[in-house]
Amino acid sequence: MGLGGMALASLAGHGIAGEAGSPYAPRSAPVRPRVKRVIYLFMAGGPSQLELWDHKPKLTALSGQAIPDSFLEGKRFAFMDTSFKNRSTLLGSRRSFRQHGQAGVWCSDLLPHTSGMMDDLAVVKSCATNLFNHAPAKLFMNTGSGQFGRPSMGSWVTYGLGSESRDLPAFVVLQSGPRGPRGGPANWASGFLPTTFQGVPLRGSGDPILNLSNPEGITDVRQRRALDAIRDLNLQRAVVTGDPEIHTRIASYEMACRMQTSAPELMDLAGESPATLKLYGCDPAKPSFARNCLLARRLIERDVRFVQLYHADWDSHGGPGQTIDEDLEKVAREVDQACAALVKDLKARGLLDDTLVIWGGEFGRTPMGEIREKTGRNHHIDAFTMWFAGGGIRPGIELGRTDELGFNAIEDRAPVHDVHATILHLLGFDHERLTFRFQGRDFRLTDVEGTVLHKLVA
Amino acid sequence: MRKDGWRDAIYLCVSVCTKYANKAQQFEQNGHFPRCTYIRKDDTELNRLRRDPWNLLALCRFMGSEVFQRMDMNWDHEPGSAGILPANLRSFSRLAGKMPALPASRFMGSKTAFRGCRVVASMVSQRRSHMNCRWIICLVLLAGGLPLEAATDAVRAAKPLRQPHWAFVKPVRPVIPPLPTNAIVNSVNPIDGFIRARLAKEGIPASPEADRITLIRRVSLDLTGLPPSPGDVRAFLSDLRPDAWERVVDRLLASPHFGERQARIWLDLARYADSNGYSIDSPRSVWPYRDWVIRAFNADMPFDQFTVWQLAGDLVASSAALGTDEARDALIASGFHRNTQVNHEGGVDVEQFRVESVVDRVNTTATVWLGLTVGCAQCHDHKFDPISQREYYRLLAFFNSCENDGHGNASLTAEQILELGTPEEIARRNEHRAEVSRRDKALAEWAATELLGRFPGWEAGLTEQSRGGFSRLLRDVLAIPPANRAKDQSNLVWGTFRDQDAEWKVRRAELDQFKRQEPLIPSTLVMKERAEPRETRVLIKGDFTRPSEVVTAGTPAVLAPLATPGRTRRDLATWLVSVENPLTGRVVANRLWQQIFGKGLVETENDFGTQGTSPSHRELLDWLACELVEPSAAAGAWSLKRMIRLLVTSATYRQSSQARNELAERDPRNLLLARQSRVRLDAELIRDVALVASGQFDSRIGGAPVYPPQPAGLGAFTQNDRPWKPSEGGDRFRRGIYTALQRSSLHPALVVFDAPDANTSCTRRIRSNTPLQSLTQLNDAAFFELARALGHRLPGAASKDETRIEMVSRACLGRLPAAAERQRLSELVRLGRADGQSEGDVWTDVVRVFFNLDETITRE
Repeated sequence: MGLGGMALASLAGHGIAGEAGSPYAPRSAPVRPRVKRVIYLFMAGGPSQLELWDHKPKLTALSGQAIPDSFLEGKRFAFMDTSFKNRSTLLGSRRSFRQHGQAGVWCSDLLPHTSGMMDDLAVVKSCATNLFNHAPAKLFMNTGSGQFGRPSMGSWVTYGLGSESRDLPAFVVLQSGPRGPRGGPANWASGFLPTTFQGVPLRGSGDPILNLSNPEGITDVRQRRALDAIRDLNLQRAVVTGDPEIHTRIASYEMACRMQTSAPELMDLAGESPATLKLYGCDPAKPSFARNCLLARRLIERDVRFVQLYHADWDSHGGPGQTIDEDLEKVAREVDQACAALVKDLKARGLLDDTLVIWGGEFGRTPMGEIREKTGRNHHIDAFTMWFAGGGIRPGIELGRTDELGFNAIEDRAPVHDVHATILHLLGFDHERLTFRFQGRDFRLTDVEGTVLHKLVA
Repeated sequence: MRKDGWRDAIYLCVSVCTKYANKAQQFEQNGHFPRCTYIRKDDTELNRLRRDPWNLLALCRFMGSEVFQRMDMNWDHEPGSAGILPANLRSFSRLAGKMPALPASRFMGSKTAFRGCRVVASMVSQRRSHMNCRWIICLVLLAGGLPLEAATDAVRAAKPLRQPHWAFVKPVRPVIPPLPTNAIVNSVNPIDGFIRARLAKEGIPASPEADRITLIRRVSLDLTGLPPSPGDVRAFLSDLRPDAWERVVDRLLASPHFGERQARIWLDLARYADSNGYSIDSPRSVWPYRDWVIRAFNADMPFDQFTVWQLAGDLVASSAALGTDEARDALIASGFHRNTQVNHEGGVDVEQFRVESVVDRVNTTATVWLGLTVGCAQCHDHKFDPISQREYYRLLAFFNSCENDGHGNASLTAEQILELGTPEEIARRNEHRAEVSRRDKALAEWAATELLGRFPGWEAGLTEQSRGGFSRLLRDVLAIPPANRAKDQSNLVWGTFRDQDAEWKVRRAELDQFKRQEPLIPSTLVMKERAEPRETRVLIKGDFTRPSEVVTAGTPAVLAPLATPGRTRRDLATWLVSVENPLTGRVVANRLWQQIFGKGLVETENDFGTQGTSPSHRELLDWLACELVEPSAAAGAWSLKRMIRLLVTSATYRQSSQARNELAERDPRNLLLARQSRVRLDAELIRDVALVASGQFDSRIGGAPVYPPQPAGLGAFTQNDRPWKPSEGGDRFRRGIYTALQRSSLHPALVVFDAPDANTSCTRRIRSNTPLQSLTQLNDAAFFELARALGHRLPGAASKDETRIEMVSRACLGRLPAAAERQRLSELVRLGRADGQSEGDVWTDVVRVFFNLDETITRE
């Protein structure tokens, strides 16, 4: 029996927050864990690996020519029937690429800060996915399935490991950019796992957590008095009925009360040094990806298990605001410095050793150009780049290779299920044994597939 | 299973696996199993698997489904026919000779072996044809080293291994056990006979009846989802007639709120929502379906008719037997299967999402009526239950010829949207639309003449400064001479000019204003069968790009055959509710039990297959199923009200829910029902209770979705930040069932209390207990608004503090506070006053305490 049975016994909607036997109680991983926490920097929209990472001189040389038919046979693409078919000529990247770090990892001038951290990153250039529309692909990357209704990776991890934070949720989601990610809350939903394990969005303005502030006009004194009376009356009822569930509810109220203090304290960046703010490029007053990166570090420091940052919009189709030239430059600029700063900062504070940082989107972009008002690239599932850093990751390596046009991953292919298996492995799980029984079947994050990418693991 | 049975099963398992390994290379070459990691391994690996039965068993576990898909085809053939099996017997025999001996004892302790055996044993025992089993036994014997002829002979004499799975056999009405003599409560309710007999066997006494206030609050919440009014409680307390309880039950069954409560539970199954789902998630109008469900429950529509209308109401409506109103209702009811999601995202493959929606219809139908997880068989034969992939697609064929496409590209025809206005209303609306199109045309003409005349002058007159305000794209385009511009470039410039023209703006705004005045006509989504049926094919691994064998509509072989000659959705629906169907009656009875007792007799209410849990009271379940489908009284078949009445008038239902220390070890999950259970209320009810208690409740039934307040900025995390304008007046205080359900952004107070996401059919809600719930109840503006309303009313409603506390307590809990509770609350009042709080604020604090009590949100 996998963890499913173990955790199930204490779950089924019961449990005492912050106490042994509760869904939140910290649990030790079954296999030796390399990391305890995860920060997942989700680049929503599908960053162009060909502009950022995957250096393809041959593609540049053939730019403007039709793509050989052998590449397209049997492939399916988004917007297949309209914009794509007639204009599938190759498009070379106009970025300048250079090798960085001791391993000489290729990276373009769009990521000057990240490329300076190359000795700490493991860059996987052979990622591949199955789905080419945004919402299903995002769900696939987050839940291992393109269908709505499955638990997200963060939910699986908190389900498996519980929480070490007594006053913040175990799985927190932050968002920046012009809009929320496609698929929305389904990306951090708990699916058929209890809602206890769903991601809690921290909001950029107003209450960081919904309903965190007292109702209007209720002072802290009145709130505390009400809480005390609620606790006392609940205790009396627990005695009358003998129902242990009431004790769980009492504990829930206590944790809610602690959250009322801890969440605003988390959001208050006044204690961060000017040097740190400068490192991240963060204006503490303004919601931004940089501020979210800094918050991610603060969340990790407070023992939050899984932090996921979404940043839109990488969807470089070539329409207004979507070019692979100035618009892509802008998005890259929004994230580059803060990503590098986060890794640097975690390292300096000794947190990188037991934290896993993941960077990547839901798919990549085609070697063919897409012409809308301007030039861009279409969604591409056969090759894209992600990077990993932190405990258990072999630092300073480049893994995987694509063909000379950057179309297919031809060496060390890293499908999504394998990426998931590896992440769970680093957290101390056999991905085949982290299961939950639902509708007569044992479900896993990796569905019926997944192989750990051992070359990625130190 | 007896000891020999284990050994048989183990051998069976080995034989299946061996056979698989034998063919694996061939499969690999054909590319049948691209997802199978095992067979991708090299030959050495394959041979290792083949040599070691332990590994084969593991393989069986992991690969089961894929293996069975192939195996199943073989099993359907007798030796000598076209099947592969007989041809393989000889080679299998040779292979078996090379295999090591198989000491059965080696496998006994192995969990993997155990699971593998269960897989095979259930597969085998569920097959209708025993011939299948026999040929597997033949393989076993061969594996054991018996010569081919002897094995074949032995097999001809073999008997089936096991009885079929209980749930696939039509229930037979069991004899009702007499009440044990030591029963505390006398009862004539058959349910008590079954429950008490079991308790007597275990030597556990039942719990005493709960007090009357607990009872009336319990049954009011279970039947109507609303707490009893203080008047209801008083009336029940003072009713000393012997049938006082039955009178309360009958009053509640007749309440129009009964339908609301039951409908909400049904809507979970129907995955009802007011939006289209997926990432775009635009609003949709299908609420008349929701209202029809409420009406159907209130009218106690027999469940068989309820079924046929929902699965095939469109086909029923066209038959001459119905009156106009009935036909309209049947059509509305067919909206059940229009609750599928529709993907409006750009660039999707239309067929993919059409197939998704049909698949959802099949899976939902099987879950709701058969309690089976057929979804597994979309990609491969069901591992555990006797449903082959082919049978899955035969079920799918019933739903495959609907017009609705799951993508939303095809424009919805009038036949797929039922408008519910009078002919006059519709005519008025159509006239308005015609007028809009006339005015549209007029505006376009004006723009093409008069406005166009100003265009060249405008562009010529642009200064460097005014261009500075333009986007970079526009500036680039303006640099191109007009004659050289592409069409979209010209359009961009023209659009910019047009949108800054003052007169255009006025005219445009006038037209928009007029468009918004279109008379609203309620509409709902209904099913529509295509004139030309679609061909249905098995999809390899469920992948819509890999169609294979053509199949016709049909039902799984393990269940009774179709009752009617046709092959339409109506025939399927009729079959589901036919008396021969062993599952539907049990599944429905079990869900009613779950609803009333907090947990089903079969705890896996969505899995009655071999992997589900066995019923805790099998005979009771069968008796209930028989009573539902073929009642002992002459009338009332499929009446849900009659069944619910039966459940809640039992002494078992009326027991106290008090925890019992002596049972904590013996029956911690209360499966034996020696007491009632305390159950946290569903999400909607938590607010409903506060609404009623506050006095703000608007009890109107039905209508378009409403928008109770929710925290601002929720949409920021969704792709499309859709506006949520809080309703004003009564609509702000309607029951939770009427809250607009936007799939991508459900009302947070619903989500936090485990309301389902409406993406797939939900047969049971989780009941979690989290700090986020506490924050909602404590601080959510909507809850606070209600607390405040009551708090500020209290000082005027009674002069004494004592009475005021009693009033809130009655409103929230139905009961008077105990002495210690009064004291604690008086203390709160005293502290508030000492701080100089206004009376309204003092009593708001008291109400907030009550709203947050565990008891308030619990059915005891």
